[in-house]
Amino acid sequence: MLDNLSERLQGVFKKLRGQGRVSEAVLKESLREIRMALLEADVNIAVVKELLSKVREQALGQEVLQSLSPGQQVIKIVRDELLTLLGGEGAAKLDFASKPPTVVMMVGLQGSGKTTSTVKLGKLLKKQGRYPYLIPADIYRPAAIEQLVRLAETAGLKAYEHDGSRTPLEIARDGVVAARKSGFDTVLIDTAGRLHIDDTLMAELDGLKAEFGPQEILFVADSMTGQDAVRSAGEFHKALGLTGAVLTKLDGDSRGGAALSIRHVTGVPIKFVGTGERPDDFETFHPDRLVSRILGMGDVISLIEKAEETIDEKEAVKLEQKLRKNTFDLEDFRDQLKMVRKMGPLSSVVGMLPGMGAVKEADLDTGALVRVIAIVDSMTPKERQYPQILNGKRKKRVARGSGQSVQEINRLLKQFAQIKKMMKTLQTQKKRGGGRRGGGKLPFFRK
Amino acid sequence: MAFASLRKKLAQGLSRTRESISTGFQSMLGRKKIDEESLEDLEAAMLSADIGPLLTEQVLDEVRTRARKEAVDGEGLRSIIKDVLMNGLPDVPEPAGPPSGPRVCFVVGINGGGKTTSVGKLAARHRAAGRKVMVVAADTFRTAAIEQLETWATRADVDLVKRDHGADPSSVVFDALEAAKARGNDLVLVDTAGRLHTKSNLMNELGKLARVAARVIPDAPHDVLLVVDATTGQNGLTQAKEFSRAAALTGVVLTKLDGTAKGGVALSIHRELGVPIRYVGVGEQVDDLLEFDRPGFVDSLLG
Ligand SMILES: Nc1nc2c(ncn2[C@@H]2O[C@H](COP(=O)(O)OP(=O)(O)OP(=O)(O)O)[C@@H](O)[C@H]2O)c(=O)[nH]1
Ligand SMILES: Nc1nc2c(ncn2[C@@H]2O[C@H](COP(=O)(O)OP(=O)(O)OP(=O)(O)O)[C@@H](O)[C@H]2O)c(=O)[nH]1
Ligand SMILES: [Mg+2]
Ligand SMILES: [Mg+2]
Repeated sequence: MLDNLSERLQGVFKKLRGQGRVSEAVLKESLREIRMALLEADVNIAVVKELLSKVREQALGQEVLQSLSPGQQVIKIVRDELLTLLGGEGAAKLDFASKPPTVVMMVGLQGSGKTTSTVKLGKLLKKQGRYPYLIPADIYRPAAIEQLVRLAETAGLKAYEHDGSRTPLEIARDGVVAARKSGFDTVLIDTAGRLHIDDTLMAELDGLKAEFGPQEILFVADSMTGQDAVRSAGEFHKALGLTGAVLTKLDGDSRGGAALSIRHVTGVPIKFVGTGERPDDFETFHPDRLVSRILGMGDVISLIEKAEETIDEKEAVKLEQKLRKNTFDLEDFRDQLKMVRKMGPLSSVVGMLPGMGAVKEADLDTGALVRVIAIVDSMTPKERQYPQILNGKRKKRVARGSGQSVQEINRLLKQFAQIKKMMKTLQTQKKRGGGRRGGGKLPFFRK
Repeated sequence: MAFASLRKKLAQGLSRTRESISTGFQSMLGRKKIDEESLEDLEAAMLSADIGPLLTEQVLDEVRTRARKEAVDGEGLRSIIKDVLMNGLPDVPEPAGPPSGPRVCFVVGINGGGKTTSVGKLAARHRAAGRKVMVVAADTFRTAAIEQLETWATRADVDLVKRDHGADPSSVVFDALEAAKARGNDLVLVDTAGRLHTKSNLMNELGKLARVAARVIPDAPHDVLLVVDATTGQNGLTQAKEFSRAAALTGVVLTKLDGTAKGGVALSIHRELGVPIRYVGVGEQVDDLLEFDRPGFVDSLLG
């Protein structure tokens, strides 16, 4: 795996420090780095090409903003372009029929996550006050009907049960009738996985479409897909006219560049993402998060912007030095946490810290932050500087002072030791010019 | 299994690969001289095949160096690339089975790659070769995974060991291996639950499964096959790295090669981790599994 883009660009720009403008030479080398990072993230080559030419156009000769280094500036341009490509902000909504039931078809390649996503979407809609009805129309894969019916049951949803002896069209027809009769307002049809080059099976989908005029045809795609995404999504779109996409398995560590390919070739928005195997692991899509993910970094620009409002320069420099000299102590740690708190809702901040992209909102517990700060506050300056002097007696005192248990204090000390160790490795890795992406995950924030 | 139909499948599976990759190449073959433009076409072709930017760059560098020394035309270029790609692939012999008793094969990988289907196909293949095969439903997590494997066991006409949904997978494996010893099975294929390589608890579970197997049968699992979907991009390499930490991988099954994806990332897996492709999946039917043909694959990448 490559290092994250911001780090690599920093390397490029170090050589060229002090330049007031983004020059041709700087640009050429940074475009090369960006290209590698995007390809490594599985963004389709055609998309990469187009993107880079846009970035070049914009970046060349541009005044470097005072607050940003040329490297950050180029990243900002890339990021903005990626965002534009993904359709900008604002989660896309589902289209509902004026006269129910609304029909939604789930389509895609084998194993992409259609059946699971059908149940997840059903659950989400139900939460939003709709009455979804699931129809299993995959008669090919062994136990596919059973999979949907049972998953639906565990998720508290109703599904159309049948023995799989009829054609998908017949099944869906009866299923829709049943839905209408029982007053369900949204019908989700789970179709079998198929290859875009399988004419017979693609025609089957077209038959379903012709019969029901679905409001939505969602292309369910695995976020780990490589270059072929352009082809499969393109063919499905050509055959069916997709209305949106679902990007699954984002709980993994793929960069998800396929999303750009899908969006680029179909023009339809990505509406939802799957983040796990359970029916609740489903969210609306946020282009900005995916962009950060593709670039393999936290949202550096916004962090810079936010940080500028909150930290003063001197503080930052001091911290840098401490990190380098490895004199980072509990007091610094506390100050950093305070800063994190000051910067606003945690969820929006943590993703911005490079290396912490992997930490999810759910992993964070504001309460834990407050507790840690309280513990450190109850220590003497010396204890903060040399935590190793904290013996049983001292710990008890700190526990009383902070209203926490001694175990809690031990936990913090252990975690802090880990953090220091990690910082040390990061520093040495940097020196060696190595450094692994994602290595900076703070153990403290893990549940 | 009819040999002729296998050949046909192979031709089908690989010709699609060939067709799509060659678009960049074909245009080049007639050329008298290799210039930067042809190299760019070559690069695009390799990247489209998911060979990845790093490996692609390596190949291009080498091609450039050699093209400087020799006068290279389109055909020459092709053989150089083939050379470069093949040279990087270490030969890894199939692991030796146990001297006696059942050989144990785990089939592992991320969600939806084609593990259960591959277990079914492998079972049928070995059954046809006269072995006494058992399949084990160690995916007790995913809804209806057991029923899916049950259907495959019937199709392949092999023994099946299963417990209820939600049962502890290591106790399923333990019981199954004891049973296999008692019943005199030659081969035990264990279908494991799909797991993302980023989930440490699930990866630990996999390590535990392997240890449990070794407790019943020394040196088991003898094979650990990683299923990689041919549509997978560069993440495939990370997957292979992480899985090989949990259990010593002995091979890759590259599935869904009947589509238009080329599975180029499997090359990086072989080069970097020394884990070779053993089989390719070319469809959803029971005989849609082929033994991997390396020169054929590399050749097909080149059109
Ligand atoms: N980790 C994770 N696994 C997922 C996600 N979505 C689906 N899966 C898993 O991926 C595998 C395939 O999911 P299915 O829903 O069966 O896929 P499908 O597209 O219906 O498959 P076919 O019907 O065979 O084409 C299962 O193991 C699911 O549990 C996700 O967002 N994250
Ligand atoms: N076209 C094609 N489809 C395949 C191939 N191998 C598997 N599939 C399909 O891919 C889908 C997923 O296959 P499974 O065998 O259920 O995958 P799995 O890895 O066991 O999935 P989980 O257990 O949910 O992680 C099914 O629809 C299979 O029919 C192949 O070689 N070609
Ligand atoms: Mg399905
Ligand atoms: Mg399975």
